Amino acid sequence: MQMQEERKIPAREEIRSVRVKRHTQEVQEKLERAHVAIAGLGGLGSNISLSLLRIGVGHLHLIDMDEVDLSNINRQQYRLRQVGMLKTDALKEELLDIDPYADIKTTCVRIDETNMEELFAGADIVCEAFDDPVCKAMLVNFVLEKHPEKYIVAASGMAGYGKSNEIRTRQISDHFILCGDGTSEGHKGNGLMAPRVALAAAHEANAIVELIIDRL
Amino acid sequence: MTITYNGEKTELADGTRLGDFLREKGYRPQIIAVEINLAIVPKSDYETVVLKEGDTLEVVSFMGGG
Repeated sequence: MQMQEERKIPAREEIRSVRVKRHTQEVQEKLERAHVAIAGLGGLGSNISLSLLRIGVGHLHLIDMDEVDLSNINRQQYRLRQVGMLKTDALKEELLDIDPYADIKTTCVRIDETNMEELFAGADIVCEAFDDPVCKAMLVNFVLEKHPEKYIVAASGMAGYGKSNEIRTRQISDHFILCGDGTSEGHKGNGLMAPRVALAAAHEANAIVELIIDRL
Repeated sequence: MTITYNGEKTELADGTRLGDFLREKGYRPQIIAVEINLAIVPKSDYETVVLKEGDTLEVVSFMGGG
């Protein structure tokens, strides 16, 4: 305990300089300027936000309406002591533990046709990370129809285990990127498990990084 | 006429409407996104859009899980 209290958190500039050393100044500036909204903070969203935060993506907006449930622990980046907390609060806590200087906005709300416009107004890239296929389709259609200037990165099909190489990233059209195997639906007997969901999450996060560096 | 549907050349009757094609394939409109020639088709247009020779049609049907 004594040791922990004496441990000093590195200054913001110190954290930044090690990122710059690995990523280069030019890339880091692009990452820092980016605004990414992550819709759904389950196995996809919790993993994606951690990846993006670690490399220093500047502005993250985390959106979810749920609390952490014990059944989430098999694949989502939460801890037992966080069961019952809002996912937005629990994830922000985890993220700030990794980078206390990060700009993280949270909104605890159920996304619907009436609030999407306002929720995603500030985002360069919208990351679809829902569980429910109706929500997935609603968000993808919204961004493509109403905001052709934004990018949408979505996921479909990542349940079960094995078949790692069937998880892939496809560019459907200029501003629409889809990750997953396209077929493995989560249901009883073929549940969502940490490794394969994390693969799909990494595909989404990596696609977002590519967009930020090469397209924004 | 021939269109490219999800990457495959597909023969269709002239004048096939998008809505009829989607129903025939068994898609649920609430969980799909449809692009024709790389442009999104609003859901409100599914019943009016008519597929044309040479169209590239991409239908993404979302699987639950995340």
